[in-house]
Amino acid sequence: MSFTGVMRPGHAAIRVLDMDESVTYYTERMGLMKTDEDDQGRVYLKAWDELDCFSIVLREADSPGIDYTGYKTFSRADMDELVGKLEDYGIDIEWIAEGELNNCGERARFQTPSGHSFELYSEKKQIGDGLGRTNPNPWPEGLKGMQVYRFDHVLLYGPNIIETTKIFTDVLGFDLTERVLTPEGEMNVTFVSCSNKAHDLAFVEYPEPNKLHHVSFMLMTWEEVLRAADLMSMHDISIDIGPTRHGITRGRTIYFFDPSGNRNEVFCGDYTWYPDREPITWTAEELGRAIFYHDRRLNENFLTVVT
Amino acid sequence: MVAEKFTIAIEDSDEAFTCSSDRNVLKAMEQLGRKGIPVGCRGGGCGVCRVQVVGDGRYRTGKMSREQVPVDDERQGICLACKLFPEADLRLKVLGRWQKHFITGMNPEAA
Repeated sequence: MSFTGVMRPGHAAIRVLDMDESVTYYTERMGLMKTDEDDQGRVYLKAWDELDCFSIVLREADSPGIDYTGYKTFSRADMDELVGKLEDYGIDIEWIAEGELNNCGERARFQTPSGHSFELYSEKKQIGDGLGRTNPNPWPEGLKGMQVYRFDHVLLYGPNIIETTKIFTDVLGFDLTERVLTPEGEMNVTFVSCSNKAHDLAFVEYPEPNKLHHVSFMLMTWEEVLRAADLMSMHDISIDIGPTRHGITRGRTIYFFDPSGNRNEVFCGDYTWYPDREPITWTAEELGRAIFYHDRRLNENFLTVVT
Repeated sequence: MVAEKFTIAIEDSDEAFTCSSDRNVLKAMEQLGRKGIPVGCRGGGCGVCRVQVVGDGRYRTGKMSREQVPVDDERQGICLACKLFPEADLRLKVLGRWQKHFITGMNPEAA
């Protein structure tokens, strides 16, 4: 087995303005399942194809946005080794006790120069997908809404993304898969992968720290993306753009907003990343095509609408 | 109960449109194909549609991001149009998008 270290984005903790409205949206519309709720009122959700007991944590607050993103390591030994490397790199670690999130082991939290909080963890209770690991059926019956398969990645906006990206590539073993260069030749958009997905995390250079651009969920087919868009119109969900295609990652996508204004994405069809590939570079004058391949121009919302 | 209809006028423009008391101002504007207030998330989160109610028009608001509308701003009639429901004719000053940051190294004209 060659797949160790950081395995995947394991959870995103999202702030919402109204919990009841948000739970309805994330369960009935997005198709996540509510698996737990804690004494702080936080709600835990998972997508059907995930085995761990949650991937999204909702917290009611007076401003929306993202509290932190957690990445799961293959083993505790991998986590400890990576935490050591972070400390050697000069990054402070805040240890979050086992059980602070229900059914999740100890978490090592750190801040990036972009102002975001990230966590590494290695243990989370698996409750499965209801299909079992022996002679399983391909999908469970009774799924709701867009029927997303998994929480896939986040795109975050903040300052110092070159330094921030280096933490993931030089310390945590991620690969840089795609980047955008400004006319001065500086990276101002970066996509990184800890797996063989085209992205497990992305950053855009932005003056305000700790901003969320979107939380993304995976679908398998273009038809499913179209069906998701139909559901958005059926239920008056705010659509940002799409269905369309990204140049970056090749993903087929639609951007839309949760009831608190946090942007979500459902997408399908990015490529397979291998670590012997060169990163893809997009130049500033082609940024429109990089982001929205058909429109070939950026819209103001992509540039400014964040929580 | 039939929702009452009110006129929403945008300051420093000729733009005016009708909005009923059960509909938020941003949605009324969009559905009539009118312009004037920038449209962002439509969920009270991003602050792109920040407006200030000018004068003494009555209105109510839904829950908005406190980061985008601090208490002092709210007392001065500042709110997000996507969470603004009229209870009288309103005059609005648009504060929205030009107070927002853009991606570093990019500006909307170049994009």
